Amino acid sequence: MEWIGVLIVNKKDSRVLLEIKNLYKKYGETTVLDNINLSISKGEVIVILGPSGCGKSTLLRCLNGLEKIQGGDIIFRDKSLVNGDVNWQEVRQQIGMVFQNYELFPHMTVIENIILGPVKVQKRDKKEVMEQARQLLDRVGLLDRENSYPRQLSGGQKQRVAIVRALCMNPEIMLFDEVTAALDPEMVREVLDVMLGLAKQGMTMIVVTHELSFARAVADRIVFIDKGRICEITEPREFFTKPKTERARHFLNRFQY
Amino acid sequence: MQSLGISILFTGVNMQRLFEGLMVTVRIAFISISIGSLLGIVLGVIWTSKSKWLRSVCRLYLEMFRIIPILVWLFVMYFGVTTALNIDLSGETVSIIVFSLWGAAEMGDIVRGALESLPRHQVDSGKAIGLNPWDLYQYILIPQAVKRMLPGAINLATRMVKTTSLVVLIGVIDVTKVGQQIIERFRVEIPTASFWVYGFVFILYFIICYPLSKISRILENRWNG
Ligand SMILES: Nc1ncnc2c1ncn2[C@@H]1O[C@H](COP(=O)(O)OP(=O)(O)OP(=O)(O)O)[C@@H](O)[C@H]1O
Ligand SMILES: [Mg+2]
Repeated sequence: MEWIGVLIVNKKDSRVLLEIKNLYKKYGETTVLDNINLSISKGEVIVILGPSGCGKSTLLRCLNGLEKIQGGDIIFRDKSLVNGDVNWQEVRQQIGMVFQNYELFPHMTVIENIILGPVKVQKRDKKEVMEQARQLLDRVGLLDRENSYPRQLSGGQKQRVAIVRALCMNPEIMLFDEVTAALDPEMVREVLDVMLGLAKQGMTMIVVTHELSFARAVADRIVFIDKGRICEITEPREFFTKPKTERARHFLNRFQY
Repeated sequence: MQSLGISILFTGVNMQRLFEGLMVTVRIAFISISIGSLLGIVLGVIWTSKSKWLRSVCRLYLEMFRIIPILVWLFVMYFGVTTALNIDLSGETVSIIVFSLWGAAEMGDIVRGALESLPRHQVDSGKAIGLNPWDLYQYILIPQAVKRMLPGAINLATRMVKTTSLVVLIGVIDVTKVGQQIIERFRVEIPTASFWVYGFVFILYFIICYPLSKISRILENRWNG
């Protein structure tokens, strides 16, 4: 089985796709992200964990230019996203993002939501885009909902459409910011399954989540952030059995009831 | 002999003159509402900009129409500006200019309010699929704002229709003025003239304004349904 229209890469390819160097982010006088260094190879799945308010969302938002950064550099496909002229409209076509809140456009049907970017931004042929959109919808089990409006969908269905919308742009990398956090428990699974399938297909992903067993299953590396700093970057098995830092241990303990 | 009051409406060209007057009212209102709405959308978008300075300018512009009566605006434009600049504008043109500027100010405020009431993440998710600011407004923000501003916009339109009755004071012969002229002409023959003529004018205003609120209710129902 394959994800139509989504790049399938060799997992062993270790070409660096995205590199974050000494990134600083401040809101006014408060430092929210402090000296972040991280590099992501093609096909890699990074899961970011950390307590609430540690700066996970902010980090993702910096990566596609929704937030300005105050120091450091972000290199995407060998080009800086900080220094020099950056065409964010162009970059964002290659960096897909799905948010916590269902953020479909409420005045458009499912299919209109999905094809807007490819048709209006990428100027692709509408027929070809529709075909890809339907194939993607089929893969997430929502082909019969293409003409529904977002308000007619459940939370889990909306998030699956949001994922399809981002995928239909054929991005190089996908950012997921707690996409299941606002869902009812019985809908979490259907969304995580889609993400897991995507990871297996070789999509490069940065995932922020509080679903620890999912993190363990999907991640190549776990990045643990606390108070705006990266505390450790560890393989999942090691992270969940013997984390290197006291803070990570403390964080994991809170989930064990 | 006391003739039947209502016959005044059908005497001579009275009915025709009333409708001609009505057309003046409708023309001024329709053109001003159209121009005002378009300018208002532009103004509303500018108003939501991050620049404090731009926002203050927009606010000041609106306040000028809130503080200064429309009648004074008409006088200033008709008697003041035309003489100062030595240009010759008809009362109707001046009316359209003043009403358009006023409509733009109020409409701008309505558009601003609607845009600001949209959830913040609509902007983020629009940007995230690579939309430029222009596309973002065109495809995402304005269509959603239109629904939210509809009640306010219709309310403004009816207010503008009603306020056009001020244009008689700069010499425009609108429906109310025609009515007044007819009454004066027939006061002796038909003592109840003012009741019938103004009653008819009353109904004419109702006929223009009622469909507006009807349309807004139909659209609202359709969008919510
Ligand atoms: N627009 C903003 N202005 C000022 N401070 C902000 C803003 N957005 C976020 N912050 C602050 O930045 C810090 C990091 O926020 P962020 O949303 O990135 O945390 P998070 O790790 O995603 O938390 P959560 O798990 O609750 O989503 C928090 O202390 C937050 O209060
Ligand atoms: Mg967050």
